[in-house]
Amino acid sequence: MTLAVALTDRRGLAVAFEVPGAGVTALFGPSGAGKSSVLAAAAGVFRPDACRIMLDGTVLADTAAGIWLPPERRRVGLVFQDARLFPHMTVAANLRYGLRRAPPGAIRFDEVVALLGLAALLARRPRTLSGGERQRVAIGRALLAQPRLLLMDEPLAGLDAARKSEILPYLARLKSALTLPVLYVSHALEEVASLADSLVLLEAGRVLAAGTLEAMAARADLPLARRDDAAALLDARVAVHVTARRLTRLEHGGLSLLVPLLAAPPGTLLRLRIPAREVILARHDAAALGDVLSLHNILPATVRRVAEDRGAALVELDAGGAALLSRVTSDAVARLGIVPGGAVLALVKSMSVAVL
Amino acid sequence: MTLLSADEWQAVRLTLGVAARAVGCGLPLATLVAWLLARGRFPGRPLLAALVHLPLVLPPVVTGWLLLLLFGVQGPAGRLLLAWFGVRLAFTTAGAALASAVMIFPIMVRSVRLGIEAIDPGLDQAARTLGAGRLDRLVSVTLPLAAPGILVAAVLGYATCLGEFGAVITFAANIPGQTQTLPLAIYSALQAPGGEDAAARLALVSVALALAGLLAAEWLGRVLRRAIQP
Repeated sequence: MTLAVALTDRRGLAVAFEVPGAGVTALFGPSGAGKSSVLAAAAGVFRPDACRIMLDGTVLADTAAGIWLPPERRRVGLVFQDARLFPHMTVAANLRYGLRRAPPGAIRFDEVVALLGLAALLARRPRTLSGGERQRVAIGRALLAQPRLLLMDEPLAGLDAARKSEILPYLARLKSALTLPVLYVSHALEEVASLADSLVLLEAGRVLAAGTLEAMAARADLPLARRDDAAALLDARVAVHVTARRLTRLEHGGLSLLVPLLAAPPGTLLRLRIPAREVILARHDAAALGDVLSLHNILPATVRRVAEDRGAALVELDAGGAALLSRVTSDAVARLGIVPGGAVLALVKSMSVAVL
Repeated sequence: MTLLSADEWQAVRLTLGVAARAVGCGLPLATLVAWLLARGRFPGRPLLAALVHLPLVLPPVVTGWLLLLLFGVQGPAGRLLLAWFGVRLAFTTAGAALASAVMIFPIMVRSVRLGIEAIDPGLDQAARTLGAGRLDRLVSVTLPLAAPGILVAAVLGYATCLGEFGAVITFAANIPGQTQTLPLAIYSALQAPGGEDAAARLALVSVALALAGLLAAEWLGRVLRRAIQP
Protein backbone atom coordinates (compact mmCIF):
# COMPACT_ATOMS: atom_id res chain seq x y z
CA MET A 1 0.00 0.00 0.00
CA THR A 2 1.88 3.03 -1.18
CA LEU A 3 0.66 6.33 -2.46
CA ALA A 4 2.81 8.47 -4.72
CA VAL A 5 1.68 11.99 -5.52
CA ALA A 6 3.34 14.45 -7.87
CA LEU A 7 1.47 17.52 -9.04
CA THR A 8 2.00 21.00 -10.33
CA ASP A 9 -0.49 23.75 -10.92
CA ARG A 10 -0.19 27.29 -12.17
CA ARG A 11 -1.75 28.54 -8.94
CA GLY A 12 1.63 27.97 -7.30
CA LEU A 13 1.67 24.27 -6.49
CA ALA A 14 4.63 21.97 -7.10
CA VAL A 15 4.39 19.02 -4.77
CA ALA A 16 5.77 15.51 -4.83
CA PHE A 17 5.83 12.98 -2.02
CA GLU A 18 5.27 9.32 -1.21
CA VAL A 19 3.30 7.76 1.58
CA PRO A 20 4.85 4.48 2.70
CA GLY A 21 1.66 2.55 3.46
CA ALA A 22 -0.70 1.88 6.34
CA GLY A 23 -0.68 4.49 9.06
CA VAL A 24 -1.54 8.15 9.25
CA THR A 25 0.45 10.61 7.20
CA ALA A 26 -0.22 14.23 8.03
CA LEU A 27 -0.01 16.98 5.45
CA PHE A 28 0.97 19.80 7.69
CA GLY A 29 1.49 23.47 6.99
CA PRO A 30 -0.01 26.94 7.30
CA SER A 31 -3.29 27.78 5.55
CA GLY A 32 -2.74 28.39 1.87
CA ALA A 33 0.16 25.97 1.70
CA GLY A 34 -1.78 23.78 -0.74
CA LYS A 35 -2.69 20.96 1.63
CA SER A 36 -6.34 20.77 0.69
CA SER A 37 -5.57 21.04 -3.03
CA VAL A 38 -3.31 18.00 -2.79
CA LEU A 39 -6.04 16.09 -1.02
CA ALA A 40 -8.69 17.17 -3.52
CA ALA A 41 -6.46 16.06 -6.39
CA ALA A 42 -5.95 12.66 -4.78
CA ALA A 43 -9.72 12.31 -4.40
CA GLY A 44 -10.27 13.46 -7.97
CA VAL A 45 -12.44 16.48 -7.17
CA PHE A 46 -9.74 18.98 -8.18
CA ARG A 47 -7.80 18.61 -11.40
CA PRO A 48 -4.39 20.31 -11.33
CA ASP A 49 -2.59 21.30 -14.53
CA ALA A 50 -0.30 18.32 -14.33
CA CYS A 51 -0.27 15.42 -11.95
CA ARG A 52 0.56 11.79 -11.51
CA ILE A 53 -1.05 9.92 -8.66
CA MET A 54 -0.36 6.25 -8.07
CA LEU A 55 -2.04 4.14 -5.42
CA ASP A 56 -0.81 0.65 -4.82
CA GLY A 57 0.59 0.29 -8.31
CA THR A 58 -2.57 1.50 -10.04
CA VAL A 59 -2.71 4.86 -11.76
CA LEU A 60 -5.41 7.19 -10.44
CA ALA A 61 -4.28 10.11 -12.54
CA ASP A 62 -1.54 10.73 -15.05
CA THR A 63 -2.20 13.87 -17.01
CA ALA A 64 0.81 13.26 -19.26
CA ALA A 65 -0.81 10.01 -20.40
CA GLY A 66 -4.29 11.56 -20.46
CA ILE A 67 -5.52 9.45 -17.54
CA TRP A 68 -7.92 10.98 -15.05
CA LEU A 69 -10.04 8.54 -13.09
CA PRO A 70 -13.25 10.25 -11.90
CA PRO A 71 -13.74 10.32 -8.11
CA GLU A 72 -16.51 7.72 -8.25
CA ARG A 73 -14.08 5.17 -9.68
CA ARG A 74 -11.04 5.84 -7.46
CA ARG A 75 -12.20 4.13 -4.28
CA VAL A 76 -10.54 6.89 -2.31
CA GLY A 77 -12.54 8.03 0.72
CA LEU A 78 -12.69 11.73 1.53
CA VAL A 79 -13.87 13.20 4.83
CA PHE A 80 -14.73 16.85 4.31
CA GLN A 81 -14.21 19.55 6.87
CA ASP A 82 -17.96 20.26 6.78
CA ALA A 83 -19.04 16.57 6.94
CA ARG A 84 -21.45 16.92 3.97
CA LEU A 85 -23.95 14.36 5.21
CA PHE A 86 -27.02 13.88 3.04
CA PRO A 87 -29.73 15.87 4.84
CA HIS A 88 -32.61 13.83 3.43
CA MET A 89 -31.31 10.54 4.79
CA THR A 90 -30.99 9.09 8.27
CA VAL A 91 -27.56 8.45 9.74
CA ALA A 92 -27.92 4.75 8.86
CA ALA A 93 -28.78 5.56 5.23
CA ASN A 94 -25.85 7.96 5.07
CA LEU A 95 -23.53 5.25 6.37
CA ARG A 96 -24.82 2.72 3.86
CA TYR A 97 -24.64 5.09 0.88
CA GLY A 98 -21.07 4.21 -0.03
CA LEU A 99 -21.34 0.66 1.30
CA ARG A 100 -24.13 -0.19 -1.17
CA ARG A 101 -22.07 1.13 -4.08
CA ALA A 102 -18.75 -0.49 -3.15
CA PRO A 103 -17.53 -3.98 -3.96
CA PRO A 104 -17.65 -6.30 -0.93
CA GLY A 105 -14.81 -5.42 1.41
CA ALA A 106 -13.34 -6.02 4.80
CA ILE A 107 -14.88 -3.03 6.60
CA ARG A 108 -18.19 -4.10 8.12
CA PHE A 109 -21.14 -1.93 9.11
CA ASP A 110 -21.41 -3.14 12.70
CA GLU A 111 -17.70 -2.77 13.21
CA VAL A 112 -17.67 0.86 12.08
CA VAL A 113 -20.78 1.66 14.13
CA ALA A 114 -19.11 0.22 17.22
CA LEU A 115 -15.73 1.80 16.54
CA LEU A 116 -17.18 5.30 16.10
CA GLY A 117 -19.92 4.97 18.71
CA LEU A 118 -22.76 5.55 16.25
CA ALA A 119 -25.31 3.00 17.49
CA ALA A 120 -27.47 5.59 19.24
CA LEU A 121 -27.48 7.91 16.23
CA LEU A 122 -28.55 5.52 13.46
CA ALA A 123 -32.18 6.60 13.22
CA ARG A 124 -31.46 10.32 13.48
CA ARG A 125 -31.27 12.97 10.75
CA PRO A 126 -28.02 14.89 10.22
CA ARG A 127 -29.62 18.21 11.22
CA THR A 128 -30.20 16.90 14.74
CA LEU A 129 -26.54 15.93 15.25
CA SER A 130 -23.82 17.97 16.91
CA GLY A 131 -20.75 18.95 14.91
CA GLY A 132 -18.68 16.17 16.45
CA GLU A 133 -21.35 13.54 15.80
CA ARG A 134 -21.67 14.67 12.20
CA GLN A 135 -17.94 14.31 11.68
CA ARG A 136 -17.99 10.81 13.17
CA VAL A 137 -20.80 9.80 10.81
CA ALA A 138 -18.90 11.30 7.88
CA ILE A 139 -15.82 9.26 8.78
CA GLY A 140 -17.91 6.10 9.08
CA ARG A 141 -19.61 6.78 5.76
CA ALA A 142 -16.27 7.22 4.01
CA LEU A 143 -14.83 4.06 5.58
CA LEU A 144 -17.81 1.90 4.64
CA ALA A 145 -17.28 2.74 0.97
CA GLN A 146 -14.31 0.34 1.35
CA PRO A 147 -11.68 2.86 0.27
CA ARG A 148 -8.12 1.89 -0.53
CA LEU A 149 -7.00 5.22 0.87
CA LEU A 150 -8.71 7.54 3.32
CA LEU A 151 -8.30 11.30 3.01
CA MET A 152 -9.29 13.62 5.82
CA ASP A 153 -9.45 17.34 5.16
CA GLU A 154 -9.13 19.09 8.52
CA PRO A 155 -11.96 17.00 9.96
CA LEU A 156 -11.71 18.75 13.31
CA ALA A 157 -11.17 22.32 12.15
CA GLY A 158 -14.80 23.37 12.47
CA LEU A 159 -15.15 22.07 16.02
CA ASP A 160 -14.55 23.70 19.38
CA ALA A 161 -11.92 22.33 21.75
CA ALA A 162 -14.43 20.21 23.69
CA ARG A 163 -15.77 18.53 20.52
CA LYS A 164 -12.21 17.98 19.28
CA SER A 165 -11.18 16.14 22.39
CA GLU A 166 -14.40 14.13 22.05
CA ILE A 167 -13.43 12.92 18.55
CA LEU A 168 -9.68 12.42 18.93
CA PRO A 169 -10.00 9.18 20.92
CA TYR A 170 -12.24 7.76 18.16
CA LEU A 171 -9.64 8.66 15.57
CA ALA A 172 -6.92 7.04 17.65
CA ARG A 173 -9.03 3.86 17.92
CA LEU A 174 -9.64 3.87 14.18
CA LYS A 175 -5.96 4.19 13.57
CA SER A 176 -5.14 1.03 15.44
CA ALA A 177 -8.10 -0.89 13.99
CA LEU A 178 -7.52 -0.07 10.32
CA THR A 179 -4.88 -1.17 7.92
CA LEU A 180 -5.48 1.35 5.17
CA PRO A 181 -3.29 4.41 4.62
CA VAL A 182 -4.72 7.69 5.84
CA LEU A 183 -3.73 11.11 4.56
CA TYR A 184 -4.68 13.72 7.13
CA VAL A 185 -4.62 17.44 6.42
CA SER A 186 -4.27 19.73 9.36
CA HIS A 187 -2.73 22.95 10.55
CA ALA A 188 -3.23 22.06 14.21
CA LEU A 189 -0.09 20.60 15.75
CA GLU A 190 -1.91 18.86 18.63
CA GLU A 191 -3.89 16.69 16.18
CA VAL A 192 -0.83 15.84 14.16
CA ALA A 193 1.26 15.14 17.27
CA SER A 194 -1.23 12.65 18.61
CA LEU A 195 -2.36 10.98 15.35
CA ALA A 196 0.31 11.06 12.67
CA ASP A 197 2.97 8.44 12.04
CA SER A 198 4.67 10.38 9.32
CA LEU A 199 4.60 13.94 8.20
CA VAL A 200 4.76 15.86 4.94
CA LEU A 201 5.55 19.50 5.65
CA LEU A 202 4.10 21.90 3.10
CA GLU A 203 4.81 25.57 2.72
CA ALA A 204 3.67 27.87 -0.09
CA GLY A 205 2.85 25.00 -2.41
CA ARG A 206 6.13 23.14 -1.92
CA VAL A 207 7.17 20.13 0.11
CA LEU A 208 9.59 21.38 2.73
CA ALA A 209 10.44 17.98 4.12
CA ALA A 210 8.89 14.57 4.61
CA GLY A 211 9.62 11.71 6.95
CA THR A 212 8.57 10.06 10.17
CA LEU A 213 6.90 12.26 12.73
CA GLU A 214 9.78 11.69 15.15
CA ALA A 215 12.38 12.81 12.62
CA MET A 216 10.39 15.80 11.41
CA ALA A 217 9.48 17.11 14.86
CA ALA A 218 13.08 17.07 16.02
CA ARG A 219 14.74 18.70 13.06
CA ALA A 220 16.09 22.04 14.21
CA ASP A 221 16.13 23.42 10.66
CA LEU A 222 12.37 22.94 10.10
CA PRO A 223 9.54 25.26 11.13
CA LEU A 224 8.16 22.79 13.66
CA ALA A 225 11.26 23.20 15.81
CA ARG A 226 11.13 26.96 15.46
CA ARG A 227 7.78 27.10 17.19
CA ASP A 228 7.61 28.20 20.77
CA ASP A 229 6.16 24.82 21.71
CA ALA A 230 8.79 22.82 19.83
CA ALA A 231 9.07 19.31 21.22
CA ALA A 232 10.40 15.88 20.43
CA LEU A 233 7.67 13.37 19.61
CA LEU A 234 8.42 9.69 19.96
CA ASP A 235 6.69 6.37 20.36
CA ALA A 236 7.97 4.41 23.34
CA ARG A 237 6.93 1.09 24.78
CA VAL A 238 6.02 0.53 28.40
CA ALA A 239 8.88 -1.69 29.67
CA VAL A 240 8.17 -2.14 33.36
CA HIS A 241 6.29 -0.57 36.23
CA VAL A 242 8.49 0.15 39.24
CA THR A 243 5.52 0.18 41.59
CA ALA A 244 7.62 0.60 44.75
CA ARG A 245 8.91 3.97 43.48
CA ARG A 246 5.64 4.81 41.69
CA LEU A 247 7.51 5.06 38.38
CA THR A 248 7.19 3.51 34.93
CA ARG A 249 10.13 2.74 32.68
CA LEU A 250 9.57 3.46 28.97
CA GLU A 251 11.86 2.30 26.21
CA HIS A 252 12.52 3.50 22.71
CA GLY A 253 15.43 1.84 20.94
CA GLY A 254 18.43 2.46 23.13
CA LEU A 255 16.67 5.17 25.10
CA SER A 256 15.12 4.46 28.46
CA LEU A 257 12.99 6.97 30.36
CA LEU A 258 11.47 6.99 33.82
CA VAL A 259 8.11 8.71 34.14
CA PRO A 260 5.48 8.86 36.90
CA LEU A 261 3.58 5.58 37.18
CA LEU A 262 1.24 4.92 34.23
CA ALA A 263 -1.83 2.70 34.01
CA ALA A 264 -1.00 1.20 30.60
CA PRO A 265 0.17 -2.44 30.78
CA PRO A 266 3.76 -3.34 29.80
CA GLY A 267 4.16 -3.64 26.03
CA THR A 268 1.79 -0.77 25.25
CA LEU A 269 3.09 1.68 22.67
CA LEU A 270 2.68 5.28 23.83
CA ARG A 271 3.36 8.56 22.12
CA LEU A 272 5.53 10.89 24.17
CA ARG A 273 6.03 14.60 23.88
CA ILE A 274 9.19 16.08 25.38
CA PRO A 275 9.19 19.89 25.09
CA ALA A 276 12.52 21.39 23.98
CA ARG A 277 12.51 23.98 26.75
CA GLU A 278 12.31 21.23 29.40
CA VAL A 279 15.51 19.50 28.30
CA ILE A 280 18.63 20.67 30.15
CA LEU A 281 22.11 19.99 28.78
CA ALA A 282 25.16 19.04 30.85
CA ARG A 283 28.78 18.29 30.05
CA HIS A 284 29.13 14.62 29.14
CA ASP A 285 31.60 14.00 31.97
CA ALA A 286 29.50 15.58 34.69
CA ALA A 287 29.68 13.14 37.59
CA ALA A 288 27.09 11.85 40.01
CA LEU A 289 24.29 14.17 38.87
CA GLY A 290 21.73 11.54 39.84
CA ASP A 291 22.87 11.76 43.45
CA VAL A 292 22.43 15.50 43.84
CA LEU A 293 19.48 16.27 41.57
CA SER A 294 15.81 15.31 41.81
CA LEU A 295 16.18 14.19 38.20
CA HIS A 296 15.39 10.68 36.95
CA ASN A 297 16.51 10.82 33.34
CA ILE A 298 20.15 11.53 32.56
CA LEU A 299 20.58 10.57 28.93
CA PRO A 300 23.91 10.34 27.13
CA ALA A 301 23.44 11.95 23.72
CA THR A 302 25.28 13.11 20.65
CA VAL A 303 24.75 16.62 19.28
CA ARG A 304 23.51 16.48 15.70
CA ARG A 305 22.86 20.10 14.91
CA VAL A 306 22.87 23.47 16.64
CA ALA A 307 20.59 26.18 15.24
CA GLU A 308 21.20 29.57 16.80
CA ASP A 309 18.85 32.48 16.51
CA ARG A 310 19.19 35.80 18.37
CA GLY A 311 20.72 34.54 21.57
CA ALA A 312 18.71 31.32 21.70
CA ALA A 313 19.87 27.95 20.45
CA LEU A 314 18.00 24.84 19.47
CA VAL A 315 20.12 21.75 19.92
CA GLU A 316 19.19 18.57 18.09
CA LEU A 317 20.27 15.43 19.91
CA ASP A 318 20.54 11.73 19.28
CA ALA A 319 19.91 9.91 22.51
CA GLY A 320 20.21 6.18 21.97
CA GLY A 321 18.61 6.49 18.54
CA ALA A 322 15.85 8.80 19.71
CA ALA A 323 15.71 12.35 18.40
CA LEU A 324 15.45 14.94 21.16
CA LEU A 325 15.43 18.73 21.12
CA SER A 326 16.81 21.09 23.69
CA ARG A 327 16.32 24.84 23.74
CA VAL A 328 19.07 26.66 25.62
CA THR A 329 20.76 30.05 25.40
CA SER A 330 23.63 30.71 23.03
CA ASP A 331 25.62 31.54 26.10
CA ALA A 332 25.13 28.01 27.43
CA VAL A 333 26.16 26.56 24.07
CA ALA A 334 29.39 28.57 24.23
CA ARG A 335 30.10 27.81 27.90
CA LEU A 336 29.62 24.05 27.52
CA GLY A 337 31.36 23.96 24.15
CA ILE A 338 28.41 22.29 22.42
CA VAL A 339 29.23 21.50 18.80
CA PRO A 340 27.75 19.04 16.30
CA GLY A 341 29.23 15.60 16.88
CA GLY A 342 30.04 16.32 20.51
CA ALA A 343 28.81 14.28 23.46
CA VAL A 344 26.50 15.77 26.10
CA LEU A 345 24.08 14.64 28.76
CA ALA A 346 20.43 15.48 28.22
CA LEU A 347 18.57 15.97 31.48
CA VAL A 348 14.84 15.30 31.29
CA LYS A 349 12.56 15.63 34.29
CA SER A 350 10.19 12.70 34.52
CA MET A 351 7.40 15.20 35.07
CA SER A 352 8.20 16.90 31.77
CA VAL A 353 7.42 13.85 29.64
CA ALA A 354 3.84 14.11 28.42
CA VAL A 355 1.99 11.00 27.30
CA LEU A 356 -0.38 11.91 24.42
CA MET B 1 -74.68 21.59 -8.53
CA THR B 2 -76.76 24.05 -10.43
CA LEU B 3 -74.15 26.77 -10.28
CA LEU B 4 -72.85 25.85 -13.74
CA SER B 5 -74.52 24.43 -16.80
CA ALA B 6 -73.52 21.04 -18.16
CA ASP B 7 -71.45 22.70 -20.91
CA GLU B 8 -69.71 24.89 -18.40
CA TRP B 9 -68.90 21.91 -16.19
CA GLN B 10 -67.49 20.22 -19.23
CA ALA B 11 -65.18 23.20 -19.82
CA VAL B 12 -64.01 23.04 -16.19
CA ARG B 13 -63.37 19.30 -16.37
CA LEU B 14 -61.58 19.68 -19.69
CA THR B 15 -59.40 22.48 -18.32
CA LEU B 16 -58.37 20.39 -15.33
CA GLY B 17 -57.64 17.41 -17.58
CA VAL B 18 -55.61 19.40 -20.08
CA ALA B 19 -53.58 20.96 -17.26
CA ALA B 20 -52.94 17.55 -15.72
CA ARG B 21 -51.66 16.20 -19.03
CA ALA B 22 -49.53 19.27 -19.68
CA VAL B 23 -47.88 19.04 -16.25
CA GLY B 24 -47.63 15.24 -16.38
CA CYS B 25 -45.78 15.25 -19.67
CA GLY B 26 -43.92 18.53 -19.26
CA LEU B 27 -42.56 18.16 -15.72
CA PRO B 28 -40.14 15.24 -16.27
CA LEU B 29 -38.65 16.99 -19.28
CA ALA B 30 -38.57 20.32 -17.42
CA THR B 31 -36.74 18.60 -14.54
CA LEU B 32 -34.17 17.13 -16.89
CA VAL B 33 -33.61 20.49 -18.62
CA ALA B 34 -33.40 22.27 -15.27
CA TRP B 35 -30.75 19.77 -14.14
CA LEU B 36 -28.77 20.30 -17.34
CA LEU B 37 -28.96 24.07 -16.94
CA ALA B 38 -28.09 23.99 -13.25
CA ARG B 39 -25.33 21.38 -13.24
CA GLY B 40 -24.35 20.71 -16.85
CA ARG B 41 -21.23 22.10 -18.49
CA PHE B 42 -21.73 22.00 -22.25
CA PRO B 43 -21.28 24.51 -25.08
CA GLY B 44 -24.96 25.03 -26.02
CA ARG B 45 -26.10 25.86 -22.49
CA PRO B 46 -26.96 29.56 -23.00
CA LEU B 47 -28.82 28.71 -26.20
CA LEU B 48 -30.82 25.98 -24.45
CA ALA B 49 -31.67 28.41 -21.64
CA ALA B 50 -32.84 31.01 -24.17
CA LEU B 51 -34.95 28.49 -26.12
CA VAL B 52 -36.61 27.22 -22.97
CA HIS B 53 -37.52 30.74 -21.90
CA LEU B 54 -38.77 31.81 -25.33
CA PRO B 55 -42.49 31.08 -24.66
CA LEU B 56 -42.27 33.37 -21.64
CA VAL B 57 -41.44 36.42 -23.76
CA LEU B 58 -43.02 35.63 -27.14
CA PRO B 59 -46.64 36.68 -27.73
CA PRO B 60 -48.59 33.47 -26.98
CA VAL B 61 -50.24 33.67 -30.37
CA VAL B 62 -46.80 33.42 -31.98
CA THR B 63 -45.97 30.35 -29.88
CA GLY B 64 -49.27 28.80 -30.96
CA TRP B 65 -48.59 29.62 -34.58
CA LEU B 66 -45.05 28.17 -34.42
CA LEU B 67 -46.52 25.00 -32.90
CA LEU B 68 -48.98 24.90 -35.76
CA LEU B 69 -46.15 25.20 -38.27
CA LEU B 70 -44.23 22.43 -36.51
CA PHE B 71 -46.95 20.04 -35.32
CA GLY B 72 -49.72 20.88 -37.80
CA VAL B 73 -50.77 18.09 -40.17
CA GLN B 74 -48.51 19.63 -42.80
CA GLY B 75 -45.68 20.47 -40.35
CA PRO B 76 -42.52 18.31 -40.23
CA ALA B 77 -43.17 16.92 -36.73
CA GLY B 78 -46.92 16.69 -37.20
CA ARG B 79 -46.56 14.70 -40.42
CA LEU B 80 -44.24 12.17 -38.76
CA LEU B 81 -46.52 11.76 -35.73
CA LEU B 82 -49.48 11.14 -38.01
CA ALA B 83 -47.57 8.71 -40.24
CA TRP B 84 -45.92 6.71 -37.46
CA PHE B 85 -48.41 6.77 -34.61
CA GLY B 86 -51.61 8.04 -36.23
CA VAL B 87 -51.52 10.92 -33.75
CA ARG B 88 -52.94 14.30 -34.69
CA LEU B 89 -52.18 17.16 -32.32
CA ALA B 90 -53.51 20.30 -33.99
CA PHE B 91 -57.13 21.06 -33.04
CA THR B 92 -57.32 18.21 -30.49
CA THR B 93 -57.37 17.91 -26.70
CA ALA B 94 -53.85 16.53 -26.82
CA GLY B 95 -52.87 19.59 -28.85
CA ALA B 96 -54.36 21.86 -26.18
CA ALA B 97 -52.24 20.01 -23.62
CA LEU B 98 -49.13 20.39 -25.78
CA ALA B 99 -49.66 24.12 -26.25
CA SER B 100 -50.23 24.52 -22.51
CA ALA B 101 -47.16 22.44 -21.69
CA VAL B 102 -44.96 24.60 -23.92
CA MET B 103 -46.33 27.74 -22.30
CA ILE B 104 -45.75 26.57 -18.72
CA PHE B 105 -42.41 24.91 -19.52
CA PRO B 106 -40.23 27.95 -18.65
CA ILE B 107 -42.02 28.43 -15.34
CA MET B 108 -41.49 24.80 -14.39
CA VAL B 109 -37.83 24.81 -15.50
CA ARG B 110 -37.17 27.95 -13.46
CA SER B 111 -38.75 26.56 -10.35
CA VAL B 112 -36.94 23.20 -10.54
CA ARG B 113 -33.66 24.92 -11.40
CA LEU B 114 -33.93 27.15 -8.34
CA GLY B 115 -34.59 24.02 -6.30
CA ILE B 116 -31.49 22.31 -7.70
CA GLU B 117 -29.28 25.34 -7.37
CA ALA B 118 -30.24 25.67 -3.72
CA ILE B 119 -28.61 22.27 -3.06
CA ASP B 120 -25.07 22.41 -1.71
CA PRO B 121 -22.89 21.23 -4.65
CA GLY B 122 -20.60 19.73 -2.03
CA LEU B 123 -23.17 16.97 -1.48
CA ASP B 124 -22.84 15.95 -5.11
CA GLN B 125 -19.06 15.87 -4.66
CA ALA B 126 -19.43 13.78 -1.52
CA ALA B 127 -21.65 11.32 -3.40
CA ARG B 128 -19.00 11.07 -6.12
CA THR B 129 -16.26 10.15 -3.67
CA LEU B 130 -18.64 7.49 -2.30
CA GLY B 131 -18.81 5.84 -5.71
CA ALA B 132 -22.03 7.26 -7.16
CA GLY B 133 -22.10 7.90 -10.91
CA ARG B 134 -23.88 10.81 -12.61
CA LEU B 135 -27.36 9.30 -12.95
CA ASP B 136 -27.09 7.63 -9.57
CA ARG B 137 -26.37 11.01 -7.98
CA LEU B 138 -29.28 12.61 -9.84
CA VAL B 139 -31.67 10.02 -8.48
CA SER B 140 -30.25 9.54 -4.97
CA VAL B 141 -29.20 13.07 -4.08
CA THR B 142 -30.28 15.80 -6.48
CA LEU B 143 -33.91 14.87 -7.12
CA PRO B 144 -34.88 14.13 -3.51
CA LEU B 145 -33.30 17.39 -2.38
CA ALA B 146 -34.91 19.29 -5.27
CA ALA B 147 -38.32 17.81 -4.43
CA PRO B 148 -39.65 21.09 -2.99
CA GLY B 149 -38.76 22.90 -6.21
CA ILE B 150 -40.21 20.13 -8.36
CA LEU B 151 -43.49 20.05 -6.47
CA VAL B 152 -43.81 23.80 -6.53
CA ALA B 153 -43.12 23.62 -10.27
CA ALA B 154 -45.96 21.13 -10.69
CA VAL B 155 -48.50 23.13 -8.73
CA LEU B 156 -47.48 26.47 -10.20
CA GLY B 157 -47.43 24.98 -13.70
CA TYR B 158 -50.86 23.46 -13.14
CA ALA B 159 -52.33 26.73 -11.92
CA THR B 160 -50.79 28.66 -14.83
CA CYS B 161 -52.13 26.09 -17.29
CA LEU B 162 -55.68 26.85 -16.21
CA GLY B 163 -55.29 30.32 -17.70
CA GLU B 164 -53.51 29.56 -20.99
CA PHE B 165 -55.31 31.25 -23.84
CA GLY B 166 -53.38 32.55 -26.85
CA ALA B 167 -51.28 29.53 -27.71
CA VAL B 168 -54.14 27.10 -27.04
CA ILE B 169 -56.68 28.90 -29.20
CA THR B 170 -54.17 29.31 -32.02
CA PHE B 171 -52.88 25.74 -32.05
CA ALA B 172 -55.90 23.77 -30.84
CA ALA B 173 -58.76 26.16 -31.73
CA ASN B 174 -61.88 26.68 -29.64
CA ILE B 175 -63.89 23.46 -29.96
CA PRO B 176 -66.38 22.92 -27.11
CA GLY B 177 -65.79 19.60 -25.38
CA GLN B 178 -62.41 19.10 -27.03
CA THR B 179 -60.24 22.16 -26.75
CA GLN B 180 -62.47 24.78 -25.17
CA THR B 181 -60.82 25.28 -21.81
CA LEU B 182 -62.05 27.78 -19.20
CA PRO B 183 -60.43 30.92 -20.61
CA LEU B 184 -61.63 30.01 -24.10
CA ALA B 185 -65.14 29.37 -22.77
CA ILE B 186 -65.10 32.75 -21.00
CA TYR B 187 -63.96 34.40 -24.21
CA SER B 188 -66.75 32.68 -26.17
CA ALA B 189 -69.32 33.63 -23.56
CA LEU B 190 -68.25 37.26 -23.77
CA GLN B 191 -68.55 37.13 -27.56
CA ALA B 192 -72.13 35.76 -27.40
CA PRO B 193 -74.99 38.24 -26.77
CA GLY B 194 -76.15 38.08 -23.13
CA GLY B 195 -73.26 35.84 -22.13
CA GLU B 196 -71.97 38.07 -19.31
CA ASP B 197 -73.59 35.95 -16.61
CA ALA B 198 -71.97 32.78 -17.88
CA ALA B 199 -68.64 34.60 -18.25
CA ALA B 200 -68.86 35.88 -14.68
CA ARG B 201 -69.61 32.40 -13.32
CA LEU B 202 -66.70 30.88 -15.21
CA ALA B 203 -64.42 33.75 -14.22
CA LEU B 204 -65.31 33.09 -10.59
CA VAL B 205 -64.33 29.44 -11.01
CA SER B 206 -61.07 30.58 -12.63
CA VAL B 207 -60.23 32.86 -9.75
CA ALA B 208 -61.03 30.15 -7.21
CA LEU B 209 -58.89 27.56 -8.99
CA ALA B 210 -55.96 29.94 -9.47
CA LEU B 211 -56.05 31.01 -5.84
CA ALA B 212 -56.22 27.42 -4.65
CA GLY B 213 -53.26 26.54 -6.85
CA LEU B 214 -51.11 29.38 -5.60
CA LEU B 215 -51.91 28.67 -1.97
CA ALA B 216 -51.17 24.98 -2.49
CA ALA B 217 -47.81 25.79 -4.09
CA GLU B 218 -46.88 28.05 -1.20
CA TRP B 219 -47.93 25.51 1.42
CA LEU B 220 -46.31 22.51 -0.25
CA GLY B 221 -43.04 24.33 -0.74
CA ARG B 222 -42.91 25.26 2.92
CA VAL B 223 -43.78 21.80 4.20
CA LEU B 224 -41.30 20.05 1.94
CA ARG B 225 -38.47 22.41 2.62
CA ARG B 226 -38.95 21.89 6.31
CA ALA B 227 -38.99 18.11 5.87
CA ILE B 228 -35.95 17.86 3.64
CA GLN B 229 -33.51 20.68 4.20
CA PRO B 230 -30.92 20.52 7.01
